[in-house]
Amino acid sequence: MNGISFTLNGREVTYTGSAADRLLDVLRRDYGCTSVKCGCKEGECGACAVLVDGVLLNSCCVAMGAVDGAAIVTMEGYCKTERFAVLDRAFADLSAVQCGFCIPGMVLAAEALLAKNPHPTEAEIREGLSGNLCRCTGYNAIVNAVENAAKEGNGLW
Amino acid sequence: MENISRSVVKKDHAPKMSGRSIYVSDYQTAQSGERILTGKLLRSTLAHARVLGVDVPELPEGYFYVDARDVPGDNNVNIVLDDTPVFCRETVEYIGDPIAMLCGPDPDEVERLVKACRVRYEELEPVLDLAAGQEAFFDYRFGHGDVDAAFAAADKQYDETFETGYQDQTYLEPQGMMAEPEADGGMYVHGSMQCVYYVHGALPRVLACAPEKVHVFQDVTGGGFGGKEDYPSVLGCQVAVAARKCGAPVRCVLDRREDLACTSKRHPSLCRYRAAVKDGKVTALEIDVRFNAGGYSTLSAVVLQRGIIAAQGVYNIPNLRLRGRAIKTNTVPNGAYRGFGGPQTFFAVEMMMDHIARDLGVDALAFKEAHLVKKGDSTSTEGRYHFPVPLPGMIDQVDAACDLRKKRALYSQPQTGRYRRGIGTSLYFHGAGFTGSGERDLIKAVAKLRKYADGTVEVLAANGEIGQGLRTTFPKIVAQELGLPLEKVSYNHPDTARVPDSGPTVASRSLMVVGELLRRAAAKLKAQWRDGEEQEVEERFREPDFLIPFYLDKFSGDAYPTYSWGVNAIEVEVDTYTGKTKILGAYGSFDVGTPIDEKIVIGQMEGGFLQGIGYASIEKMAYDHTGRIRSNSFSDYLIPTAADVPNLKCMLYVEKYPEGPYGAKGAGELPLVGAPGAYVEAMEQALGGVSLHHAPFTAEDTMDTIVKEGL
Ligand code: FES
Ligand code: FES
Repeated sequence: MNGISFTLNGREVTYTGSAADRLLDVLRRDYGCTSVKCGCKEGECGACAVLVDGVLLNSCCVAMGAVDGAAIVTMEGYCKTERFAVLDRAFADLSAVQCGFCIPGMVLAAEALLAKNPHPTEAEIREGLSGNLCRCTGYNAIVNAVENAAKEGNGLW
Repeated sequence: MENISRSVVKKDHAPKMSGRSIYVSDYQTAQSGERILTGKLLRSTLAHARVLGVDVPELPEGYFYVDARDVPGDNNVNIVLDDTPVFCRETVEYIGDPIAMLCGPDPDEVERLVKACRVRYEELEPVLDLAAGQEAFFDYRFGHGDVDAAFAAADKQYDETFETGYQDQTYLEPQGMMAEPEADGGMYVHGSMQCVYYVHGALPRVLACAPEKVHVFQDVTGGGFGGKEDYPSVLGCQVAVAARKCGAPVRCVLDRREDLACTSKRHPSLCRYRAAVKDGKVTALEIDVRFNAGGYSTLSAVVLQRGIIAAQGVYNIPNLRLRGRAIKTNTVPNGAYRGFGGPQTFFAVEMMMDHIARDLGVDALAFKEAHLVKKGDSTSTEGRYHFPVPLPGMIDQVDAACDLRKKRALYSQPQTGRYRRGIGTSLYFHGAGFTGSGERDLIKAVAKLRKYADGTVEVLAANGEIGQGLRTTFPKIVAQELGLPLEKVSYNHPDTARVPDSGPTVASRSLMVVGELLRRAAAKLKAQWRDGEEQEVEERFREPDFLIPFYLDKFSGDAYPTYSWGVNAIEVEVDTYTGKTKILGAYGSFDVGTPIDEKIVIGQMEGGFLQGIGYASIEKMAYDHTGRIRSNSFSDYLIPTAADVPNLKCMLYVEKYPEGPYGAKGAGELPLVGAPGAYVEAMEQALGGVSLHHAPFTAEDTMDTIVKEGL
């Protein structure tokens, strides 16, 4: 079969458009994944971040040709996981969500970090989230929420 | 902690956290199910020119070219004055000035068409230099006392000029608006915005229709910070005109470069301060303020008013003479940004006080303390500080958090070695609510509560949730007053078809002014409560009776009913080898009255303070000799990341305002205002006591200073 096949939030899909199309545009337009936000389209803000085979990538800088055979996770899928539930409670407890635009990317960045390093120090969290811009919060609440989630979710990551 | 201050889970937490919230760019179809056309602006590439014509490429079926000739009504967007066109008139006034909009189903094709348009210009001489600009959109003068006598009697005189640059709001969601023609001939306009009724007010004139024929809804909005105060009126009118012509829904979402270069920002400023000092005290200030307004006047009048009223800082200065001008230049029109003119003049006055103190050989903090205003004192406009001024207690709070006084003394000693430290402070206020009599004469806010038969209550107001928490804090106030569980009270994004005009989401006014109307409405509803019935109550703004009437023509009277206060300290370590600066700690004490939800308020303080630190240190944006803004991407215009200021500590100090709900005052803007003064003062100390005069003070500036001073 012609096309680019990959799994999107666990579901197998085949994209038959151009291999040069941007993953960001395709996810939003063809698969309705509007949790994936466009903040710059130049790989600088992290609002469009998704997990590609567990690695955090800015989907605005990924061409469709590069995801053939990959497993892609966006918030549409991730929000159904147990790990999300832990992060969700931690963010809620600290009122860490303001305008919300950076949040899907930020949460996936937290997932990518915790998957690699389940018990990060504060400095490691700050470093791990530093590719995701947030203009609202000043980051303290987000960093503390990730720290709390790591403690709460002991064993989940 | 008071009950009302206890934090709850924010009402919009769940949909935002899971990415389900629909922002304007997320709609897949229009309300009607129709396909949404993409609109893209054709913008001027010259700073000042006469537009002779546009050669438009042949348009494929279903594509449209929309310009001023398609405006059914008046081609002016109502902001403060009406000089901002929907699409340019005969001339363009800045690089980015919208000439036309191209619309069609395929975004890539629309983009191609925009690029294929050839604009024929006759170039005109642009005005780009703020210092030399002659034309002022607004020119205000006021003062008190006898400045000339004070200078004549002075022991010492000072004359310094301070400069601040642009700051872009950099909300993470770029500007975006959408217009959908409705079956009855009406127009539905929605998108990312702060002020539904501003957009609603602008549309009828442009569309030449009755106000009932338009309604405006605020979509979930990805940050505003002032940047979505007036610009959505412009973009909203553009998409509405386009939708009218296309007979189809049109959406225009700016890309980041376009947003950074072409939408309103904080005004760059040039402030000259002359000071007279006698017996160790500042006896007079003569101040000349210039704000770079850009190509159209937009909000410059009100930004300038707030800026100049704050120009004497938190100090008693017996004699003042001030002139403030918003200078027209051929650059992007500047407008609202958190702080609204205050950050520029507070930077200038804080640096001026610091420089005088050092020249007199006294510690700057002690010198400032000796000039502090207190309750009952006169304001710069001969109004009064009606309530206690909590600054001394707040200074102590900051001192306790970071050993401010000890470190100031320590770092003022001569330093050697590669790493040098400094700590700076700033003291400031933010006047809460509209300047002057704006709330009474212009806004006249109305807010309502609707109680349903099932006992739930809906807040009906026009203020937009933009991240600051209104969808949670408004219901908290109502629930508390009614003694209802919070789940029973809701607040949605405003739709002008459903809610009264409670005024714009600006000026740190929503919670203090509209929140109090809601509290009073809730008290009224409680008194009239009838189980099982639908009921509605309404409250209207009334001015507190203690106010000294404000006259804008004379700049006299109470400009604000009360003030929120801030004390900041920022501690830095400069690497004299690389010029890099590490922020060791940033400490803020903020008095916003009673917090209506402590974590929400702390979140506002942390976010605002970090924006202020960005403004002071890394956020540099400038235009070149052609008027073009080159730093129009996130790789050129840097904003702080999670790694930049790990030690950011915000503390609350509560001085209640009796006319605010449960004692609350304005909060949103305050935390940004003082950062540049504190940061640059810290840099001065770390750099061996040099005198600095501008913000942002970047790594490059640091290196220049190190080289120049031979550090
Ligand atoms: S949109 Fe992809 S990094 Fe900003
Ligand atoms: S919450 Fe608004 S950008 Fe992060």
